[in-house]
Amino acid sequence: MLDQAPILTIIFPLIFAVITPLLGWVKKEFCYPWVIAALCLSSVCSIITLERVLCHGVIHYHFGNWSPPWGIEYVIDHLNSFVLVLVTSVSLLVAISSKRSIEKEIPQKEVYFYTLFLLQVTGFLGIVATGDIFNLYVFLEIASLAGYALIAVGEKHASFASFRYVVMGTIGACFYLLGVGYLYMATGSLNMADLSKILPELYHSKVILVAFIFFMVGLAIKMAIFPLHTWLPDAYTYAPSATSALVAPLMTKVSVYVMIRIIYTVFQPNFTMEMVPINSIISWVAVAAILYGIIMALGQKDLKRMFCYILIAEMGYMLGGIGLANKMGITGAILHILNDALMITCLFLVAGAVVYKRGGHHISQMKNNFKTMPFSMAAFAVVGLSLIGVPPTCGFFSKWYLILGAIEAHHWAFLTALILSSAVNAILFFKIVEIAYYGEESSSGVPHVHVGTHHSHSTIDEAPASILIPLGITALAILLVGIFSAKIVSGVIQYAVPPNL
Amino acid sequence: MFEIIVSKYNYWMYIILMMIGFYAMISKKNLIKKIIGMNIFQTAIILLFVSIAAKKGGTLPILEHAHDSMEHAIEVASYINPLPHVLMLTAIVVMVATLGVALAVVIFIYRKYGTLEEDEILDKIR
Repeated sequence: MLDQAPILTIIFPLIFAVITPLLGWVKKEFCYPWVIAALCLSSVCSIITLERVLCHGVIHYHFGNWSPPWGIEYVIDHLNSFVLVLVTSVSLLVAISSKRSIEKEIPQKEVYFYTLFLLQVTGFLGIVATGDIFNLYVFLEIASLAGYALIAVGEKHASFASFRYVVMGTIGACFYLLGVGYLYMATGSLNMADLSKILPELYHSKVILVAFIFFMVGLAIKMAIFPLHTWLPDAYTYAPSATSALVAPLMTKVSVYVMIRIIYTVFQPNFTMEMVPINSIISWVAVAAILYGIIMALGQKDLKRMFCYILIAEMGYMLGGIGLANKMGITGAILHILNDALMITCLFLVAGAVVYKRGGHHISQMKNNFKTMPFSMAAFAVVGLSLIGVPPTCGFFSKWYLILGAIEAHHWAFLTALILSSAVNAILFFKIVEIAYYGEESSSGVPHVHVGTHHSHSTIDEAPASILIPLGITALAILLVGIFSAKIVSGVIQYAVPPNL
Repeated sequence: MFEIIVSKYNYWMYIILMMIGFYAMISKKNLIKKIIGMNIFQTAIILLFVSIAAKKGGTLPILEHAHDSMEHAIEVASYINPLPHVLMLTAIVVMVATLGVALAVVIFIYRKYGTLEEDEILDKIR
């Protein structure tokens, strides 16, 4: 039974997703506990997998007992087992919080929402677990297709935003598929471990170079790296709040994971450093992404849109860490996958709570929230401090590794961008805190949407417990991951860093 | 020069088709035309995969005398490579699913805005 844990992690959400519509047909109320059960089982399996990887080393799971270069295999090493646990636990938290906000925002559509929710989680988990590049493409498309549908049911212009995402996302996935095709033409293999053995002899081939570039551009679209990010802000702003809390932290993080896999497992670092100046290109793009993200975030009047631009800036952190290509940089990037997933989840859960209580996500809806929604705002304060990078929170530590990496690589522009981004995050955070604490909007012309200001001075009007508990757990996790980050790095991440740097 | 084009015509065809699809996705204002472009784009990639599997004089990869096939040496060169074809079966399924989702989203957009022209929708959004 324990040998099957890696596959069960993915099978549980998939099977449960197929049965969800049937259950919903019998009775709609069954769906929510069913989804929670699926994700709980999946989380337990992923934790067992992580534990086994830590004790016994890398797990190879062969499908149908076909040996690797011919059959599909799942390879679970330190890097993916850690991302698997992250994906299952974040999606479990978001699923718990989704009940009330879904009932309010997209009534009558809960059954389909939960089906797609589970399919999306299946996609994420499959992308992370697989050791076969074509299998990865299929899971990438499962995750994306579920994402398009989840986003399209949102408010206002969500359908048009989703259409743009469909077009951009399809181009990204097709570029990835072309990369797979070119690699197959040159090597005749689709298995990652096999490819990494065959490829070094072919590094001078133009076909391999083109395949690598297709991989990078395709993934950059899925990751929403600066010049290719245009689909992201609209899609995640108008999506239902439970969808944005699921998709925004995970889709981008999973793509970062794939990029690390392609650059450092399928291709060896000496290819990426010697054959093409890809590392310096990547880190300069990262600098541009950070600067663009924070500058755009400063100008936003909409809470969720502001978080989206913060997310684009954060993607720059991880991309920069990958591009630095030294131990510190990669450690920072991998640790930031964890930290950023927690922070972005927390931000969008806060946005979800505000939407639930105030019916909108304009920045003026944050007025006086410290008095009326003290628990949500406490969580927001924690995540704000983490985004700035104040020591006990987790944001400080990944930023610290990234800064050390930047110093080691003498990449001063990336260092400056990181520090500048902290400063701007401080401005953004205190801007929101000022509105939420003192309630006085400095800029005029914003409609006063908030109802019943007089009552809200004293009464607590907090979001329901099903939203607050996951929010509290995420905020606590931000603090705990920060406090124990040395343990996480020495226990898991140092083995996940590619050894041949 | 001419020989390069003729001898590798399958690659040229795929590039031409892909660029037609790409052009339609970027420059056409009608959402349905964008989807058609997207479909041509994906089909081009499928044609690329199928064409790299082909061999001159190759036949279907089904072994005759399967039960005692160990007695015959299998000539790889006389069979078409089946793997890209199998991969493309999966890719076609993905393509159909993408098309379905895209069309559903377009229906959604039409119900909301009453039009499928991109610039008219953008006017209504602003």
